Amino acid sequence: MPAVSKGDGMRGLAVFISDIRNCKSKEAEIKRINKELANIRSKFKGDKALDGYSKKKYVCKLLFIFLLGHDIDFGHMEAVNLLSSNKYTEKQIGYLFISVLVNSNSELIRLINNAIKNDLSSRNPTFMCLALHCIANVGSREMAEAFAGEIPRILVAGDTMDSVKQSAALCLLRLYRTSPDLVLMGEWTSRVVHLLNDQHMGVVTAAISLITCLSQKNPEEFKTCVSLAVSRLSRIVSSASTDLQDYTYYFVPAPWLSCKLLRLLQCYPPPEDGAVKGRLVECLETILNKAQEPPKSKKVQHSNAKNAILFEAIALIIHYDSEPNLLVRACNQLGQFLQHRETNLRYLALESMCTLASSEFSHEAVKTHIETVINALKTERDVSVRQRAADLLYAMCDRSNAKQIVAEMLSYLETADYSIREEMVLKVAILAEKYAVDYSWYVDTILNLIRIAGDYVSEEVWYRVIQIVINRDDVQGYAAKTVFEALQAPACHENMVKVGGYILGEFGNLIAGDPRSSPLVQFNLLHSKFHLCSVPTRALLLSAYIKFINLFPETKPTIQEVLRCDSQIRNSDVELQQRAVEYLKLSSIASTDVLATVLEEMPPFPERESSILAKLKKKKGPGAVSGNELEEGKREGGELNGAGERPGDSSAIGASNAVRLHIPTHSLNYDIIYPPPPLFQSTPSPSADLLGLRSAAPVSAAPPSAGSLLVDVFSEAGPAAPAAGANDDGFLRFVCKNNGVLFENQLLQIGVKSEYRQNLGRMYLFYGNKTSVQFVNFTTTLKPVDPLVEGGAQVQQVINIECLTVFSDAPLLNIKFRYGGALQNLTLKLPVAINKFFQPTEMSSHDFFQRWKQLSQPQQEAQKIFKANHAMDTEVLKAKLLGLGTALLEKVDPNPDNFVCAGVIQTKAQQVGCLLRLEPNAQAQVHTHFPVRALGLESRPLGVSSVTTLSLCVSVVHHSFICNKCL
Amino acid sequence: MRFMLLFSRQGKLRLQKWYTATAERDKKKMVRELMQVVLARKPKMCSFLEWRDLKIVYKRYASLYFCCAVEEQDNELITLEVIHRFVELLDKYFGSVCELDIIFNFEKAYFILDEFLMGGEIQDTSKKGVLKAIEQADLLQEGVWGGGV
Repeated sequence: MPAVSKGDGMRGLAVFISDIRNCKSKEAEIKRINKELANIRSKFKGDKALDGYSKKKYVCKLLFIFLLGHDIDFGHMEAVNLLSSNKYTEKQIGYLFISVLVNSNSELIRLINNAIKNDLSSRNPTFMCLALHCIANVGSREMAEAFAGEIPRILVAGDTMDSVKQSAALCLLRLYRTSPDLVLMGEWTSRVVHLLNDQHMGVVTAAISLITCLSQKNPEEFKTCVSLAVSRLSRIVSSASTDLQDYTYYFVPAPWLSCKLLRLLQCYPPPEDGAVKGRLVECLETILNKAQEPPKSKKVQHSNAKNAILFEAIALIIHYDSEPNLLVRACNQLGQFLQHRETNLRYLALESMCTLASSEFSHEAVKTHIETVINALKTERDVSVRQRAADLLYAMCDRSNAKQIVAEMLSYLETADYSIREEMVLKVAILAEKYAVDYSWYVDTILNLIRIAGDYVSEEVWYRVIQIVINRDDVQGYAAKTVFEALQAPACHENMVKVGGYILGEFGNLIAGDPRSSPLVQFNLLHSKFHLCSVPTRALLLSAYIKFINLFPETKPTIQEVLRCDSQIRNSDVELQQRAVEYLKLSSIASTDVLATVLEEMPPFPERESSILAKLKKKKGPGAVSGNELEEGKREGGELNGAGERPGDSSAIGASNAVRLHIPTHSLNYDIIYPPPPLFQSTPSPSADLLGLRSAAPVSAAPPSAGSLLVDVFSEAGPAAPAAGANDDGFLRFVCKNNGVLFENQLLQIGVKSEYRQNLGRMYLFYGNKTSVQFVNFTTTLKPVDPLVEGGAQVQQVINIECLTVFSDAPLLNIKFRYGGALQNLTLKLPVAINKFFQPTEMSSHDFFQRWKQLSQPQQEAQKIFKANHAMDTEVLKAKLLGLGTALLEKVDPNPDNFVCAGVIQTKAQQVGCLLRLEPNAQAQVHTHFPVRALGLESRPLGVSSVTTLSLCVSVVHHSFICNKCL
Repeated sequence: MRFMLLFSRQGKLRLQKWYTATAERDKKKMVRELMQVVLARKPKMCSFLEWRDLKIVYKRYASLYFCCAVEEQDNELITLEVIHRFVELLDKYFGSVCELDIIFNFEKAYFILDEFLMGGEIQDTSKKGVLKAIEQADLLQEGVWGGGV
């Protein structure tokens, strides 16, 4: 046990720690700890007059035990007691315990807050600092509520000690990060900005972190900091290394502050004021010049501090992207680092150059280093450095060097570390596609990829090659020939079989003329791989076989033979069995014409952003995408800053407790029917037309087909929903239909597909990321989803809905995610209205009017006369009424202009029969009379809920008719 | 900075400081995972690595690894020097610090770290500024309490 060097050795604590260290086993340790815990507990319980020192010692022991990884469930009260001690170390230990082990026990928080309040107002700087540290360490919302108002005052008060100011600035920063809404800078803004001028370097260092964070959120309010920061920076950069005394670090003046100043400036565009800008450019040049000077010390700390400033300066130069001269100088400087003996510098130079490659001014300069980077890829011993090299190659790739870079990456792939193979594969695939001049090179590259690193070729990659081959007829023959050759290899990767099966199934005919690749040869080649493949691949091959039957009638007997054998037609896998049975039947029953139609060549896929790119972004984040895409990301981020955040509470499904949402235990499965690439397929759904805004919409208001669940919400058939803040608009659009776009802004599109049956519903929500940058921390109040939503990707959620009783407010859906650091928070109404639970009821004219007359009591009827907002087109009206969910009864009302409908609203609690009558006033062309009569169908008396139902129906219908977006 | 960890070559956690609210369970998981990654690295490798959505900056001093998790856009080199300055502070306070000092005086190590970093940001880079606060406390202490158990 070492002698305690200073201060307050707590011998008991030291003995205990020694004991623990001497424990030979985990069991012994636990035994010793339990003994100690029992001892402490009895001390706390028994002896009322425990003195401050003992209390401190025991609390400290508890802390030690907790930090060893054991749970501590007592001692909080004693720790809180220590807070009010006037002995510094007792207070200090109390605060430490609270900071590490804070419990959200509200009673305790109040006591803690009281102690903190006392210390903050004590005017004793050491106590104030302890209190501020505690607030910053805990940083809870309760603390923000209690102190967010007080701390800015301490920060800017003239008589506050420097050390307290430092703590106050950072404490405020912590509170601002956790509860920005509670920290209101308003009146303090300019005084806080002026802390940049403070004489005390420590105060500036602490304050600048706060100012940077505030500037990121409110750049406009804080923009005066730019000129202050530039002049501060200029003073530091031009100072001699000894001027700043204790703030000089290994001969580098104030490196931390310099970095932070440069970082702060990156929150803003280049200064508009010519003088300020000139001064800043001078600073940046000086920093670049200093990099060329001989080092003042051989210590690594010296070079690290100096280069930290240099890299931050380069980051600022790249951020401005407007000074070609500086950009090229930066690039040359980084070029030198590429061959530096310090691994850290090589790593950072590769990383930093990656962003330089995206600037038009420095792209060419970066390209001159290609040989060095390729060499790094081959020779670096540290995988993380090699990865940076691969990133840089990817970033510097353009048409002029694509073939070289792709070839290098492919050859590196053969020996690449497993951890980065998948990413390398994606990059090669993207570059090959992006810079392909002739598509045969592209096909070769991808097949090479599969050959070299088949295991790492994700679905997206092989889907993509198929998509491209299908869309370009000039490459189809070549592709067929190449896959045919590739399949000759005795051991070929399953992904190769997939691509081969698909392509030969589509384009095998293009090479069938050659007897070496005659239809039967092709089939036998594919079938020789069949038994080695997994179920999904076999399923794909079966589909390829049926396509063969269509392409080459002469293979029909052979293939039918294969399909007929027990291992296919009685396969234990349902999918395989079904395919075998169906294909066999199809091939024997259907005429050639039918077969040719069913098995027609795949139509071209719609052109859209490669999903491989999205996949890569998922792996890498925005840093990995090439220049232009990165720029786009930035721009979108810029527009959204400030505008993106919406106020409002984040309450969950609060509005309606009548609708219960629950989550199915199984998730939605795409039904992948050959040909598979589901990511690219835009399924024309029968309900898609309903999305159109055309008033002449066909009356295809058929109930949503349960068949194709895959709705491509991005397809052009959908209306371009306005970027509304809330979705009232979107909500109304769903009154008469079940599918469509619920919400859309620049970032996110939410598509809905839903189906209802009696009092149950199922809703599929599709969240589409419209940007090229991933959303992180993506959460919805409904159900956990993958917290990462890639750029361009779509995630889906399935919710089950049960209508328990009549309800008026739609359930709310709250969505939160981070886009480029900014929190986005959306609250939307789920498109569930009472009419969704209508079951249509057919009845005759006689029945209808008999019931109509029976329902004559005042509380059994509700009606509304309202203005039709647009021309009353009979077909449109019909479509709307059908969409409402009721049965539209034709030839029931003697007046042919009137519409009558009947339906039963199904809730778990009751069923409510409703009769509706819409009486357009043809003469006036503007009024519609709309009575609804209803009856509680169960033997209950017609109670409140039925009346509510009525008025609800009326209002729902009313809405649907005044809203011209409903159809 | 999101968090700072100190652990030994044997994988014993000696100090942990979290600057964002993190559940205990997640903390344990992250510590375990990160220790594995860092301890597996060889001496000449670079001090930075990407881990989850964070950047890890680490450095080994004798038997102890100092490991900081910072944001994507943070400066790696200056973070290395944050670590170094922290080591210097410990060294100055304990007088050529060793792992045992940090084990037996863990609370002091926390106090020093708190004086140096707050909410994950640097409070003061001056050695004097930081140590003044700690030494003041020790003086206060010695005046009040005489020693013994």
